[in-house]
Order: sequence, then C-alpha cells, then structure tokens
Amino acid sequence: MDQINPYRTELGREARAGLRDIAPAAIAAIPIGLLFGAVAAGKGMTTAEVTLMSTLVFAGGAQFAAIETWIHPAPILTLAFATFLINVRHVLMGASLSPKMKLSRTQELLAYFFLTDESWALAERRALDRPVTGAYWAAMAGMLFANWVVSTTLGAVLGSFLGDPARLGADFAFTALFIGLIAGFGRSRVTLVTVGTSAAVAALVHHFIGAPWHVACGAIAGIAAAYLAAPKEARA
Amino acid sequence: MSVDTTTLLAILAMAAVTYITRIAGLFVADRLVLTGRAKAAFDAIPPAVLVAVIAPTALTTGWAEAIAAAITAIAAFRLPLLATVAVGVASVVLLRGVI
Repeated sequence: MDQINPYRTELGREARAGLRDIAPAAIAAIPIGLLFGAVAAGKGMTTAEVTLMSTLVFAGGAQFAAIETWIHPAPILTLAFATFLINVRHVLMGASLSPKMKLSRTQELLAYFFLTDESWALAERRALDRPVTGAYWAAMAGMLFANWVVSTTLGAVLGSFLGDPARLGADFAFTALFIGLIAGFGRSRVTLVTVGTSAAVAALVHHFIGAPWHVACGAIAGIAAAYLAAPKEARA
Repeated sequence: MSVDTTTLLAILAMAAVTYITRIAGLFVADRLVLTGRAKAAFDAIPPAVLVAVIAPTALTTGWAEAIAAAITAIAAFRLPLLATVAVGVASVVLLRGVI
C-alpha cells in the first residue's frame, strides 16, 4: 500500500504542487511553441531538426533568435555566441537557486539541464517559505520540458502545410513576439537607453556591414550603454 | 525525418553552450555577487540581444514593418504576450495592403 508510506505521500504532494504551479506557464507556452515550430519549418528546418533543437537546447529565447537569423548552411559559431549572450543569465539564476535546493552534485547536473526562467522564478518563490524538493522541481521542470518539445514539434508538422509564412504576416510574428518580450524588461531609464542603443547600432551594422554581425554589435553596444547609464553607486 | 549535418552541429553547439550556462552557477554560487554598474550591464544582456536580433526587420525593411513595430510596442505594455503578437501580425498585414 504505497499511499500509507509517508515518504511516497510526501513525494506525491510535492510533485502535485509542482504541476499545479507550472500549469499557467505551460499553457501559455503552447501557442508560442506552435509558432516556433511553424516558423522554423517555414525557414526550411525539418520536423526532426525542430524536435532535436527543442529537446537538446530547450531555451525559448535562444531558439527564437537562432530561427530569426537562420540561414543555410547554419553559421555555427555565430549561433553559439548569440546563444551564450542570451543564456548567460542562467549563471546568476543557478548561483542563486542552488543553495536553496538540496541535491547531490549528480542530481544537480541533471536537474539544472531543465533550468528556465519560469521554473527558476517558481522555485525561488517556493523557497521563500519552504525547502524546494527534487520531486517538486522534477514535476515542474519536466512538465515544461515535455510541453515545449511536443508543442514545437506539432508546430513544425502543421507549419509545413501552411506554406509561405509572409502571406499570413507570420514572418512578422517573431518581431512582434520579441517586442512583447522586450517590454517585459520594463521602462526604466537604463532599459530604454539599452534598447535604443542596441536597436540603432544593430540597424546600422546590418545596413552597412550585413548579417550576422548586427546581433553581436548591437547587443554589445546596448550592454555598454547600460553600464554607462547606470548609477555608479551600488543599489543592487 | 532528416537532419542536415551542419544544422545538427549548430544545434549541438547551442545545446552545449546553454547547458554550460545552466550548470556554471552551481560552481560559483558563493562568489558571484554583482552590484551597481556591473549588475546593470548584466541585466541588460537579454533585452540588448533581443532588440539587436529584430532591429533590421523592424526598422529598415520598410514603412509597413516600422509602423507595425511601433504599434506592437504600444500594445506590448498593455496586453498579454499572445495578444501583442496578434496585434503585430494584424497590423503588418493591413499596412502591407495599404502602403
């Protein structure tokens, strides 16, 4: 009788809490995943390639950026560098979360493969009033992972039937999605200076030098602008 | 079910870089405390990259795209993410028909 075993009950309760907490984020990610798959298919990626990318990379922002600038053959170093820039925030997230989730080193190396903005935010919130267990993390992060792989794959299958994405304005969907994501970083003075500088430098570099240099040049100019625009005194 | 070799290598490179960023924090947890300008620069990385990726499409493709991007930006501060995307796509289709 598993139900009477208190350890099993505890695991089940933690797993259910994880699923409950991640549900809104997972549901919101479904249409985004479908869109990713469809546009990736429109750019010439096969369904197998989309599934493989979602499974191994599992990072929405980096995948969107890769697809937006996708060309054949894929520019490996450029993609790796853009991926690094977009995902380097994980270092801070992992550093902050790891003391709050008690796992062995082996468990950590597995668990942090599934680190995302959403699962990190939920785990940090839960850590405010109770310890974050492996069962909670596994249910939450695993659910988001399965959800992403399935929805992007489905999007790729459906997208290959849709034909030219520009006909439906779908080529603009990523631009609109990115504008929505950028707005999520707020309207502080530093953010506005960052965004303005990055946009101007990227557009100029793209016009006068060409892709894919605009991504790195614009991003570095924006980061430098944020450094200069921020107050000197630590406000953390 | 085909996978291009260069695409596979690109995916593997992206996956390796991403995994390293995910586990790197485990090894610096007690040392990494950013403050002031360094923290501002670090926090600016995601929006700076996202903007750089879309700037050519949004600003230099044509008037339809530039105006649609402006409309999308206004919507982005008021609507949820998916509604923002819908507004952006609808505006670009309309503007392309008009301009």
